[in-house]
Order: sequence, then structure tokens, then C-alpha cells
Amino acid sequence: MSANKLGKIAVIGLSAAVIAGCSTTASETDSSSVSENGSSTQTDGSTGDSDQAYGAGEDGSLTSVIVGDGTGMDSLIGVETVFYFDFDKSVVRPESREALAKHAAYLVANPEARLVLEGHADERGTREYNMALGERRAKAISRYLTIQGVSTSQVETVSFGEEVPVAFGHEDNAWQLNRRVEARYEK
Amino acid sequence: MMFKQWLGAVFACLVFISSAKAQLVIEITSGADQLLPIAVVPFAYENVAPLSDDIAQIVEDDLARSGLFQPIPRSNMLSMPSKEVDVYYRDWRLLKSDYVVIGTVQKLQNNQYRVGFELLNVLSQKPVQKHSSIDVGANNLRDAGHYISDKIYELLTGTKGAFSTRILYVTAEGDRKAPLFKLQVADADGHRPQVVVESKEPILSPSWSRDGRNIAYVMFRNRRPNIFIQELATGRRQQIAQFRGLNGAPAWSPDGKKLALVLSKDNNPEIYTLDIATQKLERMTNHYSIDTEPSWEPDGKGIVFTSDRGGNPQIYRLDVSSKRVERVTFEGDLNTRASMTPDGRYLVTVQKNEGNYHIALQDMKTGRVQTLTETYLDESPSIAPNGSMVMYATTHKGKGILAVVSVDGLVKYRLPSAEGDVREPSWSPYFK
Repeated sequence: MSANKLGKIAVIGLSAAVIAGCSTTASETDSSSVSENGSSTQTDGSTGDSDQAYGAGEDGSLTSVIVGDGTGMDSLIGVETVFYFDFDKSVVRPESREALAKHAAYLVANPEARLVLEGHADERGTREYNMALGERRAKAISRYLTIQGVSTSQVETVSFGEEVPVAFGHEDNAWQLNRRVEARYEK
Repeated sequence: MMFKQWLGAVFACLVFISSAKAQLVIEITSGADQLLPIAVVPFAYENVAPLSDDIAQIVEDDLARSGLFQPIPRSNMLSMPSKEVDVYYRDWRLLKSDYVVIGTVQKLQNNQYRVGFELLNVLSQKPVQKHSSIDVGANNLRDAGHYISDKIYELLTGTKGAFSTRILYVTAEGDRKAPLFKLQVADADGHRPQVVVESKEPILSPSWSRDGRNIAYVMFRNRRPNIFIQELATGRRQQIAQFRGLNGAPAWSPDGKKLALVLSKDNNPEIYTLDIATQKLERMTNHYSIDTEPSWEPDGKGIVFTSDRGGNPQIYRLDVSSKRVERVTFEGDLNTRASMTPDGRYLVTVQKNEGNYHIALQDMKTGRVQTLTETYLDESPSIAPNGSMVMYATTHKGKGILAVVSVDGLVKYRLPSAEGDVREPSWSPYFK
């Protein structure tokens, strides 16, 4: 990795203890219609890769931001892609709003851009319930984007439940780092 | 003496081999108060040199693991008969053994073996089970052991044994940040593990069809969860759900025709049933909260599931024909991942109390709730087909392992793994 590229990865010490009061509520809305003919939606298999840097520390500081790679995402350079949540909660935290506003602006300006929001939970609780919880978190982020004008067709929510942790301890710090939604642009 | 020393050397070898080969090693942590003393005499090899699978040892281990028996150590045995006429009952009375198991192994044609056994009552000096035998292939000698264990268990406890059953479980091995996920099937005692599916993406929620021939599970592909059905013998696989959002928690109906599953294609997680033959999907719940972890009642009339519609996750019962929903659990900060014992009497859940997650048992008749485990971060309970034991996943020394507890909470043992994290156990039904 070049020094230049390193310089672009803004490592923001994100304290796991930033648990401010949340005002944004993420109430679940009921589904509108019941469709029984199972037309399955299959997106293509490509995964985003070079345009995101993951720095997972187990010391309570962790951040992932967009780095420039000349693919026209320059307006997002340095913008965070991981958003954290409280235990058993799916409320978007105030500190996530600034970065999300930038993602929203980018998506509105680039209607062809596709964002996958991958929700995660910590290891406590059962696996399938955590799958649902991870999805609820991803949907909370998704709603935050769509109320800022992003088309719902640009955003997909997926959950990994507790299956893909980034921190491996069995204590509060690790759990905090794992309760997250990762935003991934898909080409 | 010579024979004994030689035998000892063979056993030492066997222990080494089995610990090197087996993925899971049984470790009994506590047992019932009243144990039935039983002596399982090493089986005699009639026309063949001793085999690496020590059938008497397999039987002894099975019975010990049930937590109901106290096997007499071989080193205390005064004689090692293999026929009833050679049994001196007073020897066994002296050792305070209530029962004696004797047996023989005989080589047949075509790499087959005939394993014979008898179960004798020391007090009445009469056979409980007269000489009986089973023929197995050279690679299936463990099956003969489990078959004999099942017979003995049923004769002495009145409950059908579950030693011949199998388990599914998921392991995550290698680099923790990029593990290799393996869905494995093994004997209920952890022996003879076989990898069924292997993936760099997560695998969870394995479930058996009621005849034990097929399994369903969730596996990620291209970073999205999908549900697969797989025929165990052939490995033939079918992708049955790949909707947008969640595709999770598959559970086979008792008649084998339907799968209950969780989809969020219509916005939030709901319980659906899928008719496997017609592919017809039917939505069973309709609520804006999380509805997940469906599990069929033994008669197929109801599905118990987890929902946080009341604020925090609790267990609800769905009447399959009317789709009416009623709450089932009220004790504990939360209850999740419910399943019912085969007799419909007890509901097993993962219950959270004061920050701790334990396996709990609710008596559906009296409503009484009992916490069965005291290990750490317990989850994924799966009930043995005879309703006697619950296998579950827990964390021990920072590592995911499987453990077992009896439904009365008295018998507990661990199945520590040699490698990686072990999770998501699923106990098979009886095989026909």
C-alpha cells in the first residue's frame, strides 16, 4: 500500500463509548401487500472490493472509510461506511448522520450507484433472531437514506446476524464493534 | 495376565487413535444421583483378531453418557465371559453390578460381522435379553454398538434409546477473520464426522427432515442468505429460497411435506410455510415486529416461534389452520428459539435472565419453568428424538462448543471440539 493511499485513509478514533441519546426513531412499518408468487430477486454476484478499507481493531477504535480509487466516488473519500448500534436496538445514532447525509447526496447524484447495507449483531442471543436484528438495523440506515431522497431501488438491505464478527472478545467492547451496519457499494 | 496386558496395550492404542480421529470428545460434567451399575464385558472375538472398534467400549460409553448408568471398570472384572454358561453371577454381585452385558464378534463372508450380545440380571440370575445378534459391515461396527446400547437402554429404562441417531452441526475453522464454515454430520456421540457442505460464507440453522434423509440449512452465497435442501446420502442439493432479504430458519413439518421458514421479502421477518412438492408459499404471520425461529409442534397443528411483538422477544404459538397467535412464555427477560419435546409436554427455549442466556424448560401442563444450564452464552437447543436430552451450543474458554443436558437438568456433558468453533447442533430423528 502506497504512502499516498495510506494518507487517504482517514483513521478516525471512534470511541465505542459514544452512546449519545438518540432521537431518530426507527419504527418498523407493516408490510403493505402479501405476494405469494415467489419471484425471487437475484442480484448479480459481484462484490465491492477495492474502494473500501476495513480497519478492525480490537482496542475499541475502529473505522472504515471510502478511499479514492479514481472511480468517480471522490465526493465520498474519507466518509465512514460503518455505523454502530446500541444493544438490541436499531436506532441510527446521531454521530452517523453526517456520513449518511454524504452517502445520500452521492446516491441522489448518481442514480446508477447501488448500495448494499449489511447489518450485523453481536454474539448474544440466538442466531436467527440476530439475523432479523441485523436486518432491522440495515433497514434503519436504509430508511435514513431514502427519506433524504435516495431511491429505494438503489439500496438493498442484507443481514449477516452474528455470523461475521469483526471483534472476537466476549465483552462489551467487542460486542459494540460487532453491532453495526456496513455500507458497501456494489458495481 | 498376558491377555490383559495385551488388551491394555490395544486399548491405549485405541484411545490414541480415537482422539486423533474424532472431532468431538465426550467429557461428562455431572450425572444423575442414582446410577444403575452395569458391567459391559469386552466382547469375545470368535474367529477373528480384535478389531479397532471396541464394541463393548462403545456400549459402555453410550450408557455412561446417558447419565443413568455406572459402568463397572474393566480392570475390576474378575472374569470376562462371553456366554451365559460361563457367567458366575456371584462375581458380579461382589462387584455390586446389577446387570452384565456379554457379547461376541464373529466374522462372516464379504467383510461382514455378526455381533451377538446378551443382557443378564445379576440378582435374578436370568437373561433380560437372550442372545440376539446384528450383522454389520466392517465400517459400521459402531452402528452395532449403538444398536446394542439402544436395546439395553430401552429394556432397562422403558424409553427408546437415541444412541443410533446423528447430529448436524456447523464448525468455523481457521482464520477467525476469514473462517472456513463446514456443515458436518456425525454420530450422536460425535464420532465419524463427515463434512456435508463447506463454504467461505456463513452456514447456519441446519434442520432434519422427519425421515432423516434430507436436511435443510441456510448458507450465504454472494453475501446473501439462501435456503438449501440437501439429500444426505447423495449430496444432491436444491436451492429453495433466495428472496430479497432474509431467507432463514428452515424447519420441516412432521409430515415431511412442508418447510416453515422466515422471509422478509414483504418488508419485515414473517413466518411462511413452503409446500416442497408444489413450491406453494403461504404466509403464516402478519406483524410489523420480528417473527422468526419457527418450530413445529409434534402433531403439526401448531408452530411455536419467536416474536418481539410484545416489546421483547418471547415465544408465541401459531395455530396452523386458523393462523391465530397466542403468547406462550412469560417468565424470563426474553425467550427465543423454542422447540417442543416429542411428547408435547415441554417447551425448550433460550432464556435470558439478568444478562445470562441459558436453556430453559417450560412444562406446558403446569407452566413451571426450570433453567437447565449454567454455562455461558447458551443457544441453539436441539432435543433428542426420545425427549431425554437437549444438545446446545455454548461458549467454553472463549470457544464455541456443544454440550448436552438431560431434560431433568441432572445429567450434563460437553462435546469439546478439537478444532475451531462448533455451533448450531441439530439432533436427528430416529432412522427407519
